[in-house]
Amino acid sequence: MSARDAILKRLRERADGPLEAPESDFTVMTGRGWTAQERLERFERWITSVHGEVIHTSRDGWTESLAGVLRDKGVRRLALGREHPVAAAAREALAGGDIELVAVDRDIESWQRELFESVDAGLTSTGGGIAETGSLWLWPTPDEPRLLSLVPPIHIAVLDAEALEDTLHDVMAGHDWVAGMPANALLVSGPSKTADIEQTLAYGVHGPRELVVLVRHA
Amino acid sequence: MTPVKLYPARPDRVYFYGTCLVDLFFPEAGLDAIRLLEREGIEVIFPEDQTCCGQPAYTSGYQNEARAVAAAQLDLFPEPWPIIVPSGSCGGMMRVHYPDLFAGTEREAQASEIAGRVFELTEFLVHVCHLRLADGGAPEKVAMHTSCSARREMGLAETGPALLGRLEGVELVEQARAAECCGFGGTFAVRHPEVSAAMVEDKSRAIEAAGAEHFVSSDCGCLMNIAGRLEYRQSAVRGEHIASYLWRRTS
Amino acid sequence: MSVQTFTPDAFHRQAHEALENPQIRANFRQAMDGLMSKRRDSFADWDLETLRELGANIRLRALARLPDLLERLEANCQANGIRVHWAEDGEQACRLIRELCEAREARSVIKGKSMVSEEMHLNAHLEAAGISALESDLGEYLVQLNEQTPSHIIMPAIHLNTDEIAGIMHDKTGIARTRDVDTMTAAARLQLRERFMAADVGVSGVNFAVAETGTLCLVENEGNGRMTTTVPPVHIAVTGIEKVVEHLRDVAPLYSLLTRSATGQHVTTYFNMISGPRRAGEHDGPEEVHLVLVDNGRSGIYQDDQLLDTLRCIRCGACMNHCPVYTRVGGHSYGTTYPGPIGSILMPHLEGLESTKDLPTASSLCGACGEVCPVKIPIPDLLVRLRREAVGEGRGNVRGAGAKRSRKELAAWKGWQWLATHPGLWRSGTAMAGRLRGLTPTHLGPWTDYRTAPKPAKTTLHGLLKQRRARRAAEEQDA
Repeated sequence: MSARDAILKRLRERADGPLEAPESDFTVMTGRGWTAQERLERFERWITSVHGEVIHTSRDGWTESLAGVLRDKGVRRLALGREHPVAAAAREALAGGDIELVAVDRDIESWQRELFESVDAGLTSTGGGIAETGSLWLWPTPDEPRLLSLVPPIHIAVLDAEALEDTLHDVMAGHDWVAGMPANALLVSGPSKTADIEQTLAYGVHGPRELVVLVRHA
Repeated sequence: MTPVKLYPARPDRVYFYGTCLVDLFFPEAGLDAIRLLEREGIEVIFPEDQTCCGQPAYTSGYQNEARAVAAAQLDLFPEPWPIIVPSGSCGGMMRVHYPDLFAGTEREAQASEIAGRVFELTEFLVHVCHLRLADGGAPEKVAMHTSCSARREMGLAETGPALLGRLEGVELVEQARAAECCGFGGTFAVRHPEVSAAMVEDKSRAIEAAGAEHFVSSDCGCLMNIAGRLEYRQSAVRGEHIASYLWRRTS
Repeated sequence: MSVQTFTPDAFHRQAHEALENPQIRANFRQAMDGLMSKRRDSFADWDLETLRELGANIRLRALARLPDLLERLEANCQANGIRVHWAEDGEQACRLIRELCEAREARSVIKGKSMVSEEMHLNAHLEAAGISALESDLGEYLVQLNEQTPSHIIMPAIHLNTDEIAGIMHDKTGIARTRDVDTMTAAARLQLRERFMAADVGVSGVNFAVAETGTLCLVENEGNGRMTTTVPPVHIAVTGIEKVVEHLRDVAPLYSLLTRSATGQHVTTYFNMISGPRRAGEHDGPEEVHLVLVDNGRSGIYQDDQLLDTLRCIRCGACMNHCPVYTRVGGHSYGTTYPGPIGSILMPHLEGLESTKDLPTASSLCGACGEVCPVKIPIPDLLVRLRREAVGEGRGNVRGAGAKRSRKELAAWKGWQWLATHPGLWRSGTAMAGRLRGLTPTHLGPWTDYRTAPKPAKTTLHGLLKQRRARRAAEEQDA
């Protein structure tokens, strides 16, 4: 008998007999009833408490804020997508400037070392945000691959204020995640960190040292 | 989780289950507990044939021996009166573990019925007697150690401190990590003496550091452990069962 | 690589040594105090009891449907392109993973944190086959550099302080000696980035495996988990069969409970949900994703209604953080992959009571573990159950049941039973002890190494009450 069949058989022929499955009440995970303002405040309070930066900007003028962030942080090479409206707008605004735009729509095998060693920042869109925990949710795509939010030392994420929801439970239910998960879905809540050396917090242990969230308001 | 207990009105009579540690090492505490109850106009019946609740064997894994001893206690309380126990660990044994211990045996129903009548002393004094205390003692700083069984198994973190709070001259000081175990744990202190010693050392230091001149406990196991350590170190702080302390200051 | 070894049957010696080591004592005390207060704060806004109830209930539901959910998980993973493998025990799981590595001619494995891989000693197995296995979680990396095993399931290097880590980083990686945590972290980042790029295979654990969607969830702060599961061409996830949950919505409450219970964080930096390898058109992510489902004793635990509760565990470590014994002796003293209370109720099933029989007794049954457990495992009751099994008075369905049976000890309890069921003799015995109190030895074994000996009272409570009755009767007669 295969290991699979043997294990399943033991589980099915349980000595103490079949088990009763309880029903679950998820009320505690939802129904926060926050206003848009409260959501925003919570999101900002939590994500800044773990070293994330929040910059409020407008739908129209956000690329100027982006340019400001890149200038302040001394970013010379920015990796970003091409097709997503966020990436497209950023490309347009930054075109012809002194910041080099690094294409990410190529197989990682061909430029892994470049990504790891000579990209200063990655720009991504987000699916939305979660107020309760100060989290961003991202579904990486061919246009904005997984490593774009992980490998460069700075991750700049663009979030629309109205895409903030209360809880993870609400996001999963509201966007019907069950209907089709991407190969990789992510929650990001701050820059990479560790407390493995005597409980002392240090940022950027493996992933980005800095996370900047550009919150676009209508 | 400890179910929410609905407390009865003050009865005319109660049983008193002294516990083996009180019987052998701290009989005055048992007597003082009885005096406190009697002062409230309650007649206290002490079943002569009581011995031990069975907990030491139970927690050591000797379930059969524990059950035999526990079975010998079940018949001691024929009338439907509350059973008062001056110990959270023995009280917890009888209230929480008796039903499990006798589950599937012919005495299951009896064990559950008795479990439902068990009250820890401070619990009974607070919630049933609504005890008022006229303090006649000198001003004093006191630390309380609530046993882990009283605190977690019986959900009684507050009743001991509540009683001390009713003594005018007593300032209750809270030691650091008050909720942490003192390291007694029944046979644990014997099986793992060094770990237990490290725990009681920390507990006794915390009581001293809190500025306590005296400490009380509602459990004789913890009392023996902590007071034994304090005495060993020739500390000025002395320990006492809460029943004795309450009686001493109000009689 | 030789690894500093601790074994469960040497608990007493190992605990003794840890107690004698003021550095270890201080490191753990300080860390655990911080973790306890952070946990408390992180739940401040929550109806914690309702959340714990939900957490327990999600885990119970998953266990109630375990075989069906495992099949569903398998089917949905396969539909997502994840290859699923089953292993009866650690040995088989190691072999499976090694074979997957060999099929890719892998020489270098990078690892995300996985306690199951520790449980099955995967690193040693791979090393023996000439495949290097490097831990990438910073704590695990440090512990591996120091040729040790983790001392905590969430914070593997909690037993080391900054000075010790500074020494390890200097001695083992050649960086200039520094106590600066940022400098050391940056050095490790550089060292490990090279290894991520060079790795042929990434091995990770799984926090929750969602049957409904075929999704593997990983909880982490560092990003090494994301690196491990994204950069190498092959990702192998290894997990115990009990980690499955039914629905995607089951994940949010468990995640919330896990991070808050573990480290007092309201959320971790990353929550990584993997539902398949790199898809057509995608530019990164592994070409292959494998899931290895490991039994290793779990289906045995599953048979018993009471023991089953052990499998609810979501590996947060809160029971360790709150355990007064763990706090004092540290994780290594237990000599097991999972230390502390959860280890003491889990390891006997994995390794048998023969070697682990002292672990269930290494608790004062204070109940702190059960009180904080986010999925409400009645840990103290399970400790008592295993004590019962160890002395041969349980159901006999635990490996090594009866290993602690001792004729001498049983005789002592039988004697106690006899006395306690003969009230007359009990009374004369205890009364005698009072009369002979002068003869009470001042040395009562280890008790009196630290405390004064308790002395029986002159008169027992039975005796005092008898005297009182006599006095009252006399008074009544006089009146």
